[in-house]
Amino acid sequence: MEGLRRWIAKSGFVLGAIVLILLSACSQGGGTGNKPVETSTASAGSDKSAGNSGNAPGTGGSAVGFLFVGAKDDYGYNQAAYLGSEGVAKAFPDMKILRSENVPETAEAGRVMEEMIRQGAKIIFPTSYGHLDPALEVAKNHPDVVFFHQGGLKTSDNLGTYFGTIYEPVYLAGIAAGKMSKSGKLGYIVSVPIPQVLLNVNAFTLGARSVNPKATTTVTFTGSWCDPGQQANAANSLIDSGVDVLTQHQDCTKTVIETAERRGVMTVGYHADASSLAPKGWIVGSVWNWSKLYEDMVKTAVDGKFKGSVYDGKYRGGLKDDIVQLTAFGEAVPEDVRKYVLDKKQEILNGKLHPFAGPVKDQKGNVKIPDRSVPKEDDLEATNYLVEGVIGSIPGQ
Amino acid sequence: MIADILTGALRSGTSVLYASMGELISERAGVINLGTEGAMVAGALGGFAVTVWTGNPWIGALGGGICGGLISLMHAFLVISRNANQLASGLTLMFLGLGLTAFFGRSFVSASIVGFNTVEIPLLSDIPWIGPILFKHDPLTYVSYLLVPGVWLLLHRTRIGVILRAVGERDEVVYAYGISPVLIRYLAVISGGFLAGVGGTQLSVAFTHSWVEGMTSGRGIVAAALVIFASWRPFRAMLGAYLFGGAQALQLVLQSRGVDVSPFLLFMLPYVLTLAALFLVERRQRGRMPEGLSKVFTGATG
Repeated sequence: MEGLRRWIAKSGFVLGAIVLILLSACSQGGGTGNKPVETSTASAGSDKSAGNSGNAPGTGGSAVGFLFVGAKDDYGYNQAAYLGSEGVAKAFPDMKILRSENVPETAEAGRVMEEMIRQGAKIIFPTSYGHLDPALEVAKNHPDVVFFHQGGLKTSDNLGTYFGTIYEPVYLAGIAAGKMSKSGKLGYIVSVPIPQVLLNVNAFTLGARSVNPKATTTVTFTGSWCDPGQQANAANSLIDSGVDVLTQHQDCTKTVIETAERRGVMTVGYHADASSLAPKGWIVGSVWNWSKLYEDMVKTAVDGKFKGSVYDGKYRGGLKDDIVQLTAFGEAVPEDVRKYVLDKKQEILNGKLHPFAGPVKDQKGNVKIPDRSVPKEDDLEATNYLVEGVIGSIPGQ
Repeated sequence: MIADILTGALRSGTSVLYASMGELISERAGVINLGTEGAMVAGALGGFAVTVWTGNPWIGALGGGICGGLISLMHAFLVISRNANQLASGLTLMFLGLGLTAFFGRSFVSASIVGFNTVEIPLLSDIPWIGPILFKHDPLTYVSYLLVPGVWLLLHRTRIGVILRAVGERDEVVYAYGISPVLIRYLAVISGGFLAGVGGTQLSVAFTHSWVEGMTSGRGIVAAALVIFASWRPFRAMLGAYLFGGAQALQLVLQSRGVDVSPFLLFMLPYVLTLAALFLVERRQRGRMPEGLSKVFTGATG
């Protein structure tokens, strides 16, 4: 007995170490060993791209920093932003690209930004909504650094925000879904009731009902941006209720798509192209294309032209700017559906079609957008209702 | 709709069921393990990773169990051999598990696996109503059907079960008989962690086919709470796990049927319902707590 106890006590410290090593062996894959701040090109200190390095914010730096709230390969929001950062790396080979994943939306984000500035970054991309407040703090202390924040509503002297009208491709995907659905019952798995989310649910439903007036979208809230357990529950209960097309507004999109595919229903993607996960059921998806925009923003800042540019404030781009895109169609989508959707896309590009052109009614039948009127972007970004044809209620209302 | 809720109860309750069976064994031997959440999340990642490497979900489940067991081994060492506070150690290991898996799991976020798929049991799945609820699930769910009676039999009908419960009640007596309570507790805590790890694997490899940081989101803690409210009885803990899973499914089923209830209220439902139901049971079951849970065996008191 004593022998055993003594043996355990002696080997205890070693044991802890072994367990740690085994655990890492249990879980370390062939992927990237990410450090908090990761450098992707080695050309440190090169200031070729510094341009006219006057006192303009954003000039004279040797690095560009990117902060992501999640993992870079989540088939979702963060993957889209990460691909954008790759575009910048390619376009500015002399710049160090600093990337930090899984940055929480707390003061920690501020510390990450400070570290990036210490490493020579004069341009920083905080890509998550909740990185805005820490970014505003850091921006105050570093007037020579330019911040491009994704999706926010607040700005400052050296901080601009940008986003895209993703509801345009979501509307087009809704058209495709409306055409492909046999039951006319579509399912939308969403996170929390913020305007961006409600706007997409509405756009998708309006698109589907433009080709099938009887189509309905059942919306379920999981209460979280990424909880695979509840996403699987939501997908299963929607499929059990007769829904034959599933789409979603979640940060990580894999579980919903794979569950839909396994259960033989169709799926519409969001954030990033995940067609490889659903070879049978993929209809189409709405994705971000940040590369071109990021490149232009970096160029503007490096040239010392941030002040007074379109990015100095609240910038919103859309299909016509190629910031949001429709993915390729899945194999199951017939030619006539593809053509119809692409025709509608052309109409949006021409300015002939706006997804939210009136009349738009809410679930109770109240007219929210009058006939023949096109809402302002700010009004759309304040959406707090669901349109006719949506089944489900907004939490808290 | 009721059938859908019950099916959902099994689907999302099974991972909690495994974890609570593990916790039950550990607590019956006198050790509370709040690190079950950590063991579960380690199992979720470990099981997923091993499935990615080997392509075999059964080996994955074994790997997940081992990862869960390793986390719990640390708990056993700290609590049993180092007389550390059980609650503090458990909580620390919960956060350690969440942190380690977040770090090591990054490269698995995008990985796809051929995990456990639904297997319909011939004949049984054709039984009207009951068939689809009970017999259209993944293999780990079927294993869990055997697990609960298995744990009950182990505890109440075998010699090792008597010893295990005796360690949880009066470790001095067991010690006097020449059996090492330390050894029994180690075994109980490690196998408890193993089961929690398998529960985590059910979540990642069978239910969602995904790995995401922190994906257990409190299920391990719920399992630990369930055991206490279920008065340390396997079948009650099973009911609790299914009740929790059912309530999680219920809120989404209600939403998908267009029932007009605020989802925020529904988000609370699993916790409120499980607490309320088990609280009613608990009131009649006072005083059943294994005595060992209130103290730590020192080996010198016998």
